[in-house]
Amino acid sequence: MKARGAPHLPVDPGRAGRRSASLMKSRILPALGLAPFAAYVLLFLAVPTLLAIGSGFFDDEGFTLDNLGALLAPATLEAFGASIWVSALTAAIGAVVGAVLCWALAALPETGPLRRVVDSASSVLAQFGGVMLAFAFIATIGIQGIVTVLLRERGGVDIYAGGVWLYELPGLILPYLYFQVPLMVITFLPAVSALGPGWAEAVATLGGSSGAYWLRVGLPVLAPAFLGSLLLLFANAFSSYATAAALISQGSQIVPLQIRAALIGETGGSSASTAGALALGMIVVMTAVMLVYGRLMARAARWQR
Amino acid sequence: MSARVPGRPSPVAARIVVAVVGGLFLIPLVAMLEFTLRQTAGGYGLEHWAALFDPENARRYRTLFQGIGNSFALAAIALAIVLVLFFPTIVLVHLRFPRLERALDLLTVLPIAIPAIVLVVGFAPVYRVIGQLFGSGVWTLGLAYGVLVLPFAYRAIVADLQGMDARTRAEAARSLGAGWGTVLVRVIAPGVRRGLLAASLLTIAIVLGEFTVSSLLNRTTLQVALLQVSKSDPFAAVIVSLLSLIGAFAVLLAVSSTSSATRRRARRGGGPFAGALAAPGAPAAPAPVSATAKES
Repeated sequence: MKARGAPHLPVDPGRAGRRSASLMKSRILPALGLAPFAAYVLLFLAVPTLLAIGSGFFDDEGFTLDNLGALLAPATLEAFGASIWVSALTAAIGAVVGAVLCWALAALPETGPLRRVVDSASSVLAQFGGVMLAFAFIATIGIQGIVTVLLRERGGVDIYAGGVWLYELPGLILPYLYFQVPLMVITFLPAVSALGPGWAEAVATLGGSSGAYWLRVGLPVLAPAFLGSLLLLFANAFSSYATAAALISQGSQIVPLQIRAALIGETGGSSASTAGALALGMIVVMTAVMLVYGRLMARAARWQR
Repeated sequence: MSARVPGRPSPVAARIVVAVVGGLFLIPLVAMLEFTLRQTAGGYGLEHWAALFDPENARRYRTLFQGIGNSFALAAIALAIVLVLFFPTIVLVHLRFPRLERALDLLTVLPIAIPAIVLVVGFAPVYRVIGQLFGSGVWTLGLAYGVLVLPFAYRAIVADLQGMDARTRAEAARSLGAGWGTVLVRVIAPGVRRGLLAASLLTIAIVLGEFTVSSLLNRTTLQVALLQVSKSDPFAAVIVSLLSLIGAFAVLLAVSSTSSATRRRARRGGGPFAGALAAPGAPAAPAPVSATAKES
């Protein structure tokens, strides 16, 4: 009964009168200590989540499955397709570039200044989404951006010859990569660093080349961590809203922007239910991705002890 | 490490790769700086920087300053939630309810697995009720922000807690007659101070960068104000963005250079993306990192 798992305070078993008091002390009071947190999580995490998922099933007249039909509307399917496309593309490019960077970083001394600067920069930039990121890219490849102007005036290349794409779906790719690559460095570098020199030396002793090392040792060991990080990057791009919201003011090309339109009532109709149905769709995708991610990371952890 | 070891680039090659990617990543930052130095009349100068800090323009940038003020107030509220609500609960679960630790692990991943834009759909009706009860003051948003920072604060604190042998120390303190409050504040807190520091910095960084929830709930925060101001005065918006980036980078670099060199790098579990700031400061995963067992 008492002292379950954790080493508890020694309870004096000799006095029966103190027993209920000590039970009170050892179990009930601590349990009460959990109450504020439980209430907070219930109100600000459980209730909003259930409301977000559930509101797709209700409208003014009660329970309905009609709104889920909104998930199958062509515009919605197109938005999900665009969201998945842009997330997959930026995750793939970000993962590859990030992995190469990790491979290079792992060869540098862990406590050296370069490594530390890159670590800190990655942490800041992985976090650098949203409005400020949009500004950075407007200043870079906006119509008057420095790169745009330099290319046009010095290089004779007009990146917007076919129309300005920065404020549309393709415009999201470069800004997204700007946080995807640093995120890859943060998530994947520990796995690469854990590839000790011992294995490489063992391969060398047996006469193996770099190619053999990567093919037979490096890649198989790193594969789960790489795929896990790839999924994480996908989830990261799929759920990000702020960058797109700051860049794209016309239209709702991706799902988060569709939710924005539904929430601020651009679409008309029972917009709360539409937002709910879209939110449900996003949660389904995220759940699938996170489940696979969890399994991959558990496998990857084997090599990082 | 010599280049003879298969599979590793030579230090020169490694430096070249880092330099090339780093250089590409510097371009947008340089572009931001170049943008803020453009003069209205042509050429470069500090015109826009001077304008932003000129008290005479205070009215023009009122929204911006209001947003900055609100964001810092919200950061303080979220920080209070982390330190006064989350931290004691995490310690309590660790010491007294170890069976709940796994559940808490899963619970605290939820705000990451559920995109903020989805949470907003649920926050909207909740905040309609809150608005009726407490008015539409900006401070109520701090309660929602607590949820957003929960995963990151939790991981930063828990990683340190598991490395410090908290149970034995708490028991020792208790047997010497310390109350739970004393144990929490004078035994556990000093032991996990690095975790608490990382959790606090993360909380502030996340709140200052938050846009999704505040913009859709119509609260003026730093990011909302930036977007609004950028429509009339893009220079001021870019200057503030650049300054906050440099500030974040400086803080992180300072934190990572005070950390002991022998400390093993963080291994991130649970899937904390977007707010991955914890990496240099604290091991963010409940990893079995033996090196963290000693107090730094």
